[in-house]
Amino acid sequence: MRITKGERVFYFLNHIFMLLVCFVMLYPVVYVIGHSMMGDAERALHPLRLFPKELDWSGYKYVLSSSSIWNSYLVTILRTVIGTLCNVLFTALLAYPLSKKDYPARKVLTVLVTFTMWFSGGMVANFLLIRTLGLNNTFWVYILPHLIDPFNLIILRNFFMQIPDSLEESARLDGANDFVIFTRIVLPLSMASIATIALFYAVFHWNTWWDSMLYVSDKNMWTIQYLLQQLIANSNVYDFAAASSVEKPPAEAIRMACIVVSTVPILCVYPFVQKYFVKGVLVGSIKG
Amino acid sequence: MAKNTARAGAANLAQRHTFGYRVKTFFTRYWMLHLMVLPGLIYFLVFKYGPMYGLIIAFKNYKGAVGGVKAIFGSDWVGLRHFKTFLTSTQFPRLMRNTIVLSLLRLAVCFPAPIILAILLNEVRIRWYKKTVQTITYMPYFLSWVVVSGLLKILVGTEGPLNALLGHFGIEPIYFMASTKYFRALLIISEIWKTVGYGTIVYLAAISSVDVELYEAAQIDGAGKLKQILHVTLPAISEIIAIMLILQVGRIMGDNFEQIYTMYSEAVYEVADVFDTYIYRTGIIGSNFSYTTAVSLFKSLISLALILLTNKATKKLGSSGLF
Repeated sequence: MRITKGERVFYFLNHIFMLLVCFVMLYPVVYVIGHSMMGDAERALHPLRLFPKELDWSGYKYVLSSSSIWNSYLVTILRTVIGTLCNVLFTALLAYPLSKKDYPARKVLTVLVTFTMWFSGGMVANFLLIRTLGLNNTFWVYILPHLIDPFNLIILRNFFMQIPDSLEESARLDGANDFVIFTRIVLPLSMASIATIALFYAVFHWNTWWDSMLYVSDKNMWTIQYLLQQLIANSNVYDFAAASSVEKPPAEAIRMACIVVSTVPILCVYPFVQKYFVKGVLVGSIKG
Repeated sequence: MAKNTARAGAANLAQRHTFGYRVKTFFTRYWMLHLMVLPGLIYFLVFKYGPMYGLIIAFKNYKGAVGGVKAIFGSDWVGLRHFKTFLTSTQFPRLMRNTIVLSLLRLAVCFPAPIILAILLNEVRIRWYKKTVQTITYMPYFLSWVVVSGLLKILVGTEGPLNALLGHFGIEPIYFMASTKYFRALLIISEIWKTVGYGTIVYLAAISSVDVELYEAAQIDGAGKLKQILHVTLPAISEIIAIMLILQVGRIMGDNFEQIYTMYSEAVYEVADVFDTYIYRTGIIGSNFSYTTAVSLFKSLISLALILLTNKATKKLGSSGLF
């Protein structure tokens, strides 16, 4: 194929545009990382400077010595690990019967599940339910109400349906029951798709903050994202992120350090799991 | 006549037999699958349909300070009073206006953005460059709204880089986050920033399945890049655009609580207060449970109706629709 002059101009401009897109995507993150390591005086004098001339770690020192931040961090890690494990287990358990074409309750259950994607009780009704069940101010409020996401369920069910029936039939002839087929054949063959939904769930757990706001009044049980939300929204930063001995850096330094600390784990992980992420979005977009 | 009855009786008997047989096999043959369904079924009934049952307090006067089934049963019926109060309140027009204006802006700006980016990304012929751009544009999707709002507040704050830049041109510092003039633009820009890369995934997949020969044929016919995009690429992804559009219509009543709540303040309620933020302040903080449940139900019902309508419309137009 010969490339015309007009096309050459187009490709050139397109490449420049993509550079611009990358700059816009990266700038806010790089800016805040740079300024989180900057001294207060330099920050005030050079608001446009990206990287500090002189490194100043006082924001990080404070954040890492703050017991409330460590506490929230721990709660978030626990929530992400336990939550994701429970999510994957119960989603897979429900997705398997829904993927069996001869399962009589399949249609009713699928309608039951997909309806919740389009209609819900809303914030207040959920709030009252959590109160009724006595889940508020317990760790389980982070796990149970989010146990199965209908969207991820459909993704996994679609994956399961792609497994050839012949594999199961031969196992059944050997006397395997549904549970054996599920644990020995379907699950091992679906590890890539399990990784996909585990990724979606883990990101959800790490980033969710509003359930702390709605259901948890005990500061020691807040997730890191909600603590960060409080640090950003309130001027009395030192009350929310209490640290005993260290000197107090300006609020802005603490905020930026906390933004970085709460984001770094995800930024480190996502480039490596991108492949699964793309796959999940595509399978999920096939209609349910 | 008697013959007829007898036959009907025999048919009934046969039916009862098959029905009973079917019930029996339903439990014997599939008991293991039922067992696997059970935890999930309980979850959906309690945590998804439980709140739907709780919606009946929209027609009652819920008095309990804390939740409880007893409090739901014990409170008096008030019919549609809460709906009437809401629809005649001064809040209603404001919430409706903000919701619709924001939705139309999102539809006009945030919806086409990933389509355009996907088409242009597809034209990047250097593989590693394309891959790098994709990885970088996905990144913000993995950040929470708390972090995105935090970044935005720093960037457009009075001591941030934007105001510093404007200062070079002699412009006085602007309080962007508290300005009714700029706040909606900030909502739209931050949403594009966070979701545009994620949005390109489905479109890129659809574009990559287009036959290369179609482009070559168009080129031989003398079509330039723009014509190729308009006549080959766009028609190829029109079906997926239609599906995405239905999903977007379902969000017209607002699904942006996290974004607005982390960004807004009292200064911009006039342009940014939407149903969910109002429900949170009045319902959860103000403990007006029954009234805000009515507001919430009103919102959900309109959403549901919109989804069903658009799905039907796209089916009429020949698209396969969503369900």
